[in-house]
Amino acid sequence: MNERSERIIQHSAWRSHRTSEARAGGLSTRTIQGQKNLQDIRQASKDGIGGSPLRPDGTLKVKGEFAYSSDMWHEDMLWGMALRSPHPRANILSVDISDALKVPGVYAVLTHDDIPGTKYYGLEIQDQPALAIDKVRYHGEAIALVAADHPETARRAVKKIKVEYEVLTPIVTEEQCLNPEVYGYVHEPHEYKSHGSGNIVHSQKLVSGGGVTDEIRALADVIIKSDYEVGMQDQAFLGPESGLAVPAEDGGIDLYIATQWLHVDRQQMAPVLALPEEKVRLTLAGVGGAFGGREDLSMQIHACLLAQHTGKPVKIVYARDESFFGHVHRHPAKMTYEHGATRDGRLVFADARIVLDGGAYASASPAVVGNAASLGHGPYVIPNVRMEAIALYSNNPSCGAMRGFGAVQAAFAYESQMDKLAAALDMDPVELRQLNAMAEGDYMPTGQQIDSPAPVAELLQRVKDMPLPPPLDLDNLDIRQIPGALSNTSHGEGIVRGIGYSVGIKNVGFSEGFDDYSTARVRIEVIGGEPVAMVHTAMAEVGQGGVTVHAQIVRTELGVEQVTIHPANTEVGSAGSTSASRQTYMTGGAVKLAAEAVKQAVIDKGRRRYGWTQSDLTLIGGKVVSESQGALISVVDLLGDEAIDLTREHHHRPTVPFDKETGQGFGHVQYTFCANRAVVDVDVELGLVKVVELTAAQDVGRALNPLSVVGQIQGGCTQALGLAVMEEIIVKDGKVRNASFTDYLIPTILDTPPIPVDVLERPDPHAPYGLRGVGEAPTVSATPSIVAAIRAATGLALNRIPVRPEHLTDTL
Amino acid sequence: MEFLRPATWDEALAAKAEYPTALPISGGTDVMVEMNFDVHRPSAILDLNRITELTEWSIDGDVVRLGASVPYSRIINELSGPLPGLALAAHTVGSPQIRNRGGVGGNLGAASPAGDSHPALLAAGRDVFVEVASVRGTRMIAIDDFYVGVKRNSMEQDELIRAVHIPVADGPQQFSKIGTRNAMVIAVCAFGFALHPKNGTVGTGIGSAAPTPRRAVEAEQYLQGVLAERGLWESGDLLGTEVIQKFGELVKAAASPIDDVRGTADYRRHALAVMARRTLTWTWNDYSKQIRSAA
Repeated sequence: MNERSERIIQHSAWRSHRTSEARAGGLSTRTIQGQKNLQDIRQASKDGIGGSPLRPDGTLKVKGEFAYSSDMWHEDMLWGMALRSPHPRANILSVDISDALKVPGVYAVLTHDDIPGTKYYGLEIQDQPALAIDKVRYHGEAIALVAADHPETARRAVKKIKVEYEVLTPIVTEEQCLNPEVYGYVHEPHEYKSHGSGNIVHSQKLVSGGGVTDEIRALADVIIKSDYEVGMQDQAFLGPESGLAVPAEDGGIDLYIATQWLHVDRQQMAPVLALPEEKVRLTLAGVGGAFGGREDLSMQIHACLLAQHTGKPVKIVYARDESFFGHVHRHPAKMTYEHGATRDGRLVFADARIVLDGGAYASASPAVVGNAASLGHGPYVIPNVRMEAIALYSNNPSCGAMRGFGAVQAAFAYESQMDKLAAALDMDPVELRQLNAMAEGDYMPTGQQIDSPAPVAELLQRVKDMPLPPPLDLDNLDIRQIPGALSNTSHGEGIVRGIGYSVGIKNVGFSEGFDDYSTARVRIEVIGGEPVAMVHTAMAEVGQGGVTVHAQIVRTELGVEQVTIHPANTEVGSAGSTSASRQTYMTGGAVKLAAEAVKQAVIDKGRRRYGWTQSDLTLIGGKVVSESQGALISVVDLLGDEAIDLTREHHHRPTVPFDKETGQGFGHVQYTFCANRAVVDVDVELGLVKVVELTAAQDVGRALNPLSVVGQIQGGCTQALGLAVMEEIIVKDGKVRNASFTDYLIPTILDTPPIPVDVLERPDPHAPYGLRGVGEAPTVSATPSIVAAIRAATGLALNRIPVRPEHLTDTL
Repeated sequence: MEFLRPATWDEALAAKAEYPTALPISGGTDVMVEMNFDVHRPSAILDLNRITELTEWSIDGDVVRLGASVPYSRIINELSGPLPGLALAAHTVGSPQIRNRGGVGGNLGAASPAGDSHPALLAAGRDVFVEVASVRGTRMIAIDDFYVGVKRNSMEQDELIRAVHIPVADGPQQFSKIGTRNAMVIAVCAFGFALHPKNGTVGTGIGSAAPTPRRAVEAEQYLQGVLAERGLWESGDLLGTEVIQKFGELVKAAASPIDDVRGTADYRRHALAVMARRTLTWTWNDYSKQIRSAA
């Protein structure tokens, strides 16, 4: 790597700080239950696992000093920009780039004709052209690229590219998608790269027990059947897609990029660039949030194509509106659910059909469908189950990964069903859920046994038992605390309080036979008279706090205080994706394995040199320590000038794909559960909502960094709140209508209530340290509790989210 | 693109005369967003930030002369007494950062039906004037003549907004705005209301529910009639639900909203009626208290 590149990557070099300031705040509500952990770890360092050292990026981000991928600069750098389709479906009759090429300062204008390698890429199914070929399938699809010496030059040149379109009627509704003979194919049958057919990307059926038949239905005393709808949510990360591609002397490319999985980016990019993978080197740049939106490629291939073509470094930064077109969203869903129960509240059967709109390209749709089908009946024991989940191809924006991944949409439906069932049976909604809650030893509808703690009923009880916030005090009104807040719409008029409950289930890690292993390299050496450890992984730090946790693990395992984190890049093996709540489990697990190997190597070195025979040796406080005989030697003296540097892979236990027709199979690595109680005030006349409090109880197995755990749960709840009451990409006839933060609304601090968090630690014996992935479960579970609370306040059915003021005032 | 930075008001007028298509910028909270989204590509930008008089206000007798660039945060902190309706509206503008930069001049210049100042200015009375100037001279445009179309005002190309003249409140004023979140939101619709006991009138202003900000004329006339006929200005007696209800319906009828991504026309009409009833109730309750404590 040349000197210039070294300078750039320092942006993303992390150094973990040891501090105890993090102990303030956020933790007062934490309660720890049960067995602390599976193994006895002597805590040599207060900033080891179980502590809450501050994140190294926190202060920088708050002060605006963190270097994001969009802040990178390189001498002689060009700016790349894409021309995007204004139509959701059209044939491209011609593309004329001659005027754009004449703009002074323009170095290249590229179309798909200029792609040196394979023209298609994709996460699971390679169905997406790197640049549109003869047709566009969604509003905002990239057609041509410009590289110029200034972003404004590039912008002007983009406008001079002439594209002749034959505009076609977009295929956007379920009815249109499922009738391709009449409405057309998003991908022509002969172009099909997915296993689906018609305009279906993927489908998954599931049957367990006796399925759902009229005989089974007859066993139920009460049957509830309803349709539900979930709008298209966006990840709404704040740092737009951006990166810098630098052509290298060996003909390869160095790409500095904000992403979620360096190695899979590379795997998709190399064939398009016609380069061997080893010549495509990726280094993680500062990531401004991800939430699944960076799992797919955005500008990676585009910047590299332009860099290859011009021989110059090329930077691409999306504007905010382009960002809305440049990444996939959460699948909007239409769902039909039917539940039957006995008079005493026992579930007899559950039937569901989930239709997810996958948009123009496959992205992660197959895996999202697998999750929807396998998790879509919730954390309940149901003797007879049927399910069909499908994802459509359409000319709507592509949808793929977003926090909660296929489990979110279904949770809104099954939890709404639980409330309706409780109402029909005149039962307490929490008691109904507890009566049917799954527990360790029970079976999922997939036939997979839950073989670690599943305290679903207890989580519900915990949120129910938390003290309620005081009622609204109309004599001492703080207007900021009521619906409308400083918009001054109410001085107490029309406000009704409601309370709602929910619980949800999410899997951790990649499923259905995928071996999403993680790699970690740990090094120990003496620097400045102190033992210093270094952790090197390809894990994308997207804000989840993985770099903090890695240092904690190494402190605990190696008994050192100083830990540095190497920039994440492709020089080390894959760390898998920063998604599916998996990084602490998977890459944390790899760091643990590598650190354990380094510890063993240090001890073995001592054994060889000093002939130690004790079996009770470990590393604590920078020394080799025998439990029975005390300190034997300092690591500094033992290592001298030598470094120990070892790499290990961590694989989770294997899973298998679900049977296509029955949905049976040991498909998931781990399950995670969160319960919520929402208290809302609704201005029932104006249809405005203020969430007063959103309580969460979650089993995290083991909290490696309790402060971060609480932060993840609060963040997940907030994103769920957004889906409940405001966040939706509005698409009409295939066109995105609100590609801005002016009109795509996410919660502000005035929308975000206090979120008391009750953290349970029930270790999972299959997981490193017993931990459970944390980030997604609250995003799955919290939305339905808020909607339930709004229902309680208004008495309305509310079968669609986000709930808009129009739904509450009958003015849609 | 030309970037013009006049140091004085006269230089600014001269620059605007020379570059009539120049887009004036002060706080930039609207202009910069539109440029960022590539909505506007002005040939020239006229930066008014060096002209300090635009960020000053004064009270002359019964009228506040509010410099075009006085930021919303200062309107809230310094003028909530004389201009309570406008101060309430200022509270609903964007975020603290935006309120520190943006001012009423920008709202008037953009003339968006969703601008938060407009309903409060309309409600403050028919004797609110926008002071505009050019090298040709100064004009006082009555607020009722200012808004002429969607994002269009009655200014000439060579004119700049210098100040707004707003009567000091002589009665209670209120402002309500609907947004689909509890802060930092563009109005789905908004309503400004003011009682003017000195001349026995009431003021209304509707935002985001018609091509321009507009007054609910019939609602004003109806209420003024009721207040006069029943001697309510003097007695401060209760209005009664029928009057409040009718007022709400007339405000609703005055709107001509559309369906868009922020809300439906039906919702806007419905919400305007609710806000009209509530703001009338709040102001009248305050007024009656004043009357009774004076009695």
